[in-house]
Amino acid sequence: MIITEQKPKEEILAMLKPFKKVFIIGCGTCSTLCQTGGEEQVKEMAETLRKEGKEIIGFVVVETPCDARILRRDTRKKRGEIDEADVILCMTCGVGVQDIVQHLKKISVPALNTKFLGQTERIGEFYERCRACGECILFETGGICPIVRCPKSMLNGPCGGMLQGKCEVGGYKRDCAWVLIYNRLKEIGMLDLYRSYRPPRDNSKLAIEPREIVPVTKR
Amino acid sequence: MRNLESGKFTFTGELEPGKTTNLGHMFETAQRLKGYVTAVNVTDNPQSFVCISSLAASYLIQKETGVETIYQVTCRDRNRIGLLSDLLGAGALGIKNVLALTGDYTTLGDMPQAKPVFDLDSVQLIDMMHKLVDEGKDLNGKPIESPPKFFIGAGANPNADPLEPELIKLAKKVFVGVQFLQTQVVFDIEVAKRFLEETKRYNIPVLIGIFPLKSYGVAEYFDKTVPGVNVPDELMEKLKVTKSISDKKKRRQKYNSINLEYFSDFIMELKRTTSASGCHIMSVGYEELIPPLIEAVK
Repeated sequence: MIITEQKPKEEILAMLKPFKKVFIIGCGTCSTLCQTGGEEQVKEMAETLRKEGKEIIGFVVVETPCDARILRRDTRKKRGEIDEADVILCMTCGVGVQDIVQHLKKISVPALNTKFLGQTERIGEFYERCRACGECILFETGGICPIVRCPKSMLNGPCGGMLQGKCEVGGYKRDCAWVLIYNRLKEIGMLDLYRSYRPPRDNSKLAIEPREIVPVTKR
Repeated sequence: MRNLESGKFTFTGELEPGKTTNLGHMFETAQRLKGYVTAVNVTDNPQSFVCISSLAASYLIQKETGVETIYQVTCRDRNRIGLLSDLLGAGALGIKNVLALTGDYTTLGDMPQAKPVFDLDSVQLIDMMHKLVDEGKDLNGKPIESPPKFFIGAGANPNADPLEPELIKLAKKVFVGVQFLQTQVVFDIEVAKRFLEETKRYNIPVLIGIFPLKSYGVAEYFDKTVPGVNVPDELMEKLKVTKSISDKKKRRQKYNSINLEYFSDFIMELKRTTSASGCHIMSVGYEELIPPLIEAVK
């Protein structure tokens, strides 16, 4: 899931300052689960903005605002309200905001900060578990990702900042990814996977340029 | 540094160039160590605090004082393009030794906002150095004209807890071509012995890191800030008592004699009972102890 956090109210109000009429779009998937852009939060936001003197023209919680087809489908009936608004406040991740800008052609304001691809332990407790690096090595590392769980994304073992299995970065609160990997591989009898040298990654294939998966006809 | 391979017990020192263009103090320190240490490490933005380039400082210390340097290279601030480019520069400037490190994380230093690079890790950096030096090739196998001839070193941590993940990583460093090791600070001779026993099979020179403690204050700071390395209680107690000696000269003499006793015993034990090739003395600001210490263990 894409983990989001609501921006501080002051920051949202600063961006909305030049505009009077606001239309709000929420997200029925990740932001609903994060409780940052579901129906409840959208209504709360509408209330907050009204108190600040804004006119809320309307709102909609789009099932998946990051999917252009669903975005068009779920906003079709609201087209009049959207046209009337000066601005759209997007309670979605950054993908949602950009889909809204591209397809609804309105000035749009992000209400959330997009944090990471995370695992949900419970609401308000999320852990980054994938950096979407584009070349999954989880089999070789016992299902624990060193790219995301080691601050230095080390590929061959722990650094000198490991102490009793904890990571120096952040003050020894988090587990050292390489100790977790070592323990796991040892437990399942696959320590040889750790023993083999991992050469430098090919960044030309990884998460540097904006990545696309497009049909051959569009290339 | 290559005389390490001859089996002579060798000492190396360490210099931490500051956030300055003035290396006068570094030159003086290097001069003081000359003849006692075989080479001095020049740190690369240690603990992620910005300092003058370790390459520039390594070159200038060698040029001005004639003391051989070990140019420390970390992966924190440069990708493989920058690293290889600097290594070629180091070769052209006459640097003979390099120490490959991953580097401390950016947020620990004085510019925590910086973008951390870590394109390579220390093992991969050694791999790149080895290909450069011994094969005259870059990481993609493309030839490099007039490659440098470095003696390639790496760090290791005998105090690592758990130790096995560190030992496996060390085996990879050996596999990709490391030629010598300098360890993290060790106070406990048994920790050094255990580590040397584990690494004997690789048959490469290991220099055990030691840290003479200039004062009780330094010892306390070290104990608190260097994770996983504790100053032994007995030594700490002796330093604490010394702290209360009011006569400045007598206090200094006492500090020196405590350190001389502790570290000469430590070094003699290493020489007598282990395969250690020498000691890496990290006593930034306490260089005055190095000559008498080395004399004492001759």
